[in-house]
Amino acid sequence: MAVSTKNGQKVWQRRDRNSQLKIWAMWLIGTAIFMWSWTQISAATTWSFFWDAPRIAADIGGRAVPPRWAYIEKLWEPLWDTLNIATLGTILALIMAVPVAFLAARNTTPSALFVRPIALFIIVSTRSINSLIWALLLVKILGPGIFAGLVAIAIRSIGFCAKLLYEAIEEIDEKQVEAVRATGARPWQVMVYGIVPQIMPAFAGIAVFRWDINLRESTVLGLVGAGGIGLQLQGSLNTLAWPQVSLILIVILVAVLVSEWVSAKVRGAII
Amino acid sequence: MLRLEKLTKVYKTGDKALNAVDLEVPQGQVLALIGPSGAGKSTLIRCINRLVEPTSGSVLLDGSELTRLGAGGLRKERRRMGMIFQEYALVERLTVMENVLSGRLGYVGFWRSLFRKFPQSDVDEAFRLLDRVGLLKMADKRADELSGGQRQRVGICRALIQNPALLLVDEPTASLDPKTSRQIMRLITELCAERKLAAIVNIHDVALAQMFVSRVVGLEKGVVVFDGAPDDLTPEVLTRIYGEEDWAETVQPVDEDEEAAG
Repeated sequence: MAVSTKNGQKVWQRRDRNSQLKIWAMWLIGTAIFMWSWTQISAATTWSFFWDAPRIAADIGGRAVPPRWAYIEKLWEPLWDTLNIATLGTILALIMAVPVAFLAARNTTPSALFVRPIALFIIVSTRSINSLIWALLLVKILGPGIFAGLVAIAIRSIGFCAKLLYEAIEEIDEKQVEAVRATGARPWQVMVYGIVPQIMPAFAGIAVFRWDINLRESTVLGLVGAGGIGLQLQGSLNTLAWPQVSLILIVILVAVLVSEWVSAKVRGAII
Repeated sequence: MLRLEKLTKVYKTGDKALNAVDLEVPQGQVLALIGPSGAGKSTLIRCINRLVEPTSGSVLLDGSELTRLGAGGLRKERRRMGMIFQEYALVERLTVMENVLSGRLGYVGFWRSLFRKFPQSDVDEAFRLLDRVGLLKMADKRADELSGGQRQRVGICRALIQNPALLLVDEPTASLDPKTSRQIMRLITELCAERKLAAIVNIHDVALAQMFVSRVVGLEKGVVVFDGAPDDLTPEVLTRIYGEEDWAETVQPVDEDEEAAG
């Protein structure tokens, strides 16, 4: 904001001259960095591949249609596995996330000094590692298969669910809790009557939201051998069976659309 | 029945909310606590059931010193003190019945309360109370479907089902319209008379207090500056409690018949 006087008249401009110049300089530097990066990337690119890309893509596209519809016979089971990985993984995650959330929320943690940092660490550490990486690790530990995928999904989801849930716990109306406490209720009763009803909508919303995400994530876990439809996808890619690949992609798309629809319905029903 | 001795509360910020308050409330007496915002009215009643921990002094309820009790003992004594709140403080997503029955939590075990298996005698009493306040048909409604006056009636039921000896009432009418305010105040005083309950009622509305209670205590900056009958509230006294203002209109006695007709 800059107010100045010009010819005895008060003039208002959004910025004064110095801050305007600074902004120009920032743009200049930014553009220069962008141009320099562009030349670096350009020099490192094999341009023949790049110019070739449309032709290759068209070629693969041509081979991928029509999808090999008969292959669906072999997809029902991995699809069912994928659904199970997502659903059971989400349930397992919620079971572990609820206590973590209560320990992490400022108003319910037994000790803000010792317990809360541990809970927050669990949240951050499980959230920061992608489920594909968890699956890579767990396939080595538990062996390939559905169980590794399930645990990978569960671990990855703890932090997400616990974080959203503890934020919901911190936002509850303390007066309702106080009123229950004033009746002489024990701490666990205060939780069941004063806190739980207030966070139920958030809890249900988080559960279906995460289930929705997990269904998408579990479709790729097969790529690293953790079960589900991704295993078929990888097999088909490796054998260059493009009509199968296109069918798998269609199946995944339909599954995700269905899950979107289910979670929208559930969320609508809760609120 | 209830005795406060040199009750003092100093908040962490250094604010002295209560300064050595002495107060004695006999059984069956309804007492109005008046005073400007920030005088310590809310703190006073929360120090009695220790929702706010007093800094020093003692609270005696029928001879038992609440300020010395451990967590378990305090919960037992809290059952004998029903509390009614300014903004009802019902658990919004529970039904009216669940809210009323939550007043029995101090008497019922955890698993029974988790599965809502309250003793039949508690359920009977809940229905009786809801009938008494005219909300029998609402028992299965969720609390957030009710109007302000209805919610406060549920709040009253929740406090009474505790079978208390004392009611702690924090600004029961502050969120209600004038007519509902009078109805709620009348209900509280009637129920106290029926059950010989003592009550401490925090209230902003001096005229409303004069209409319904037999004793008024004025609090200012954490100190009791007035203790007497409602009729003794002269403009001078109100000036002492609230500060300089034209009080002539407020202290005119309210005509009860006129209100009942409207």
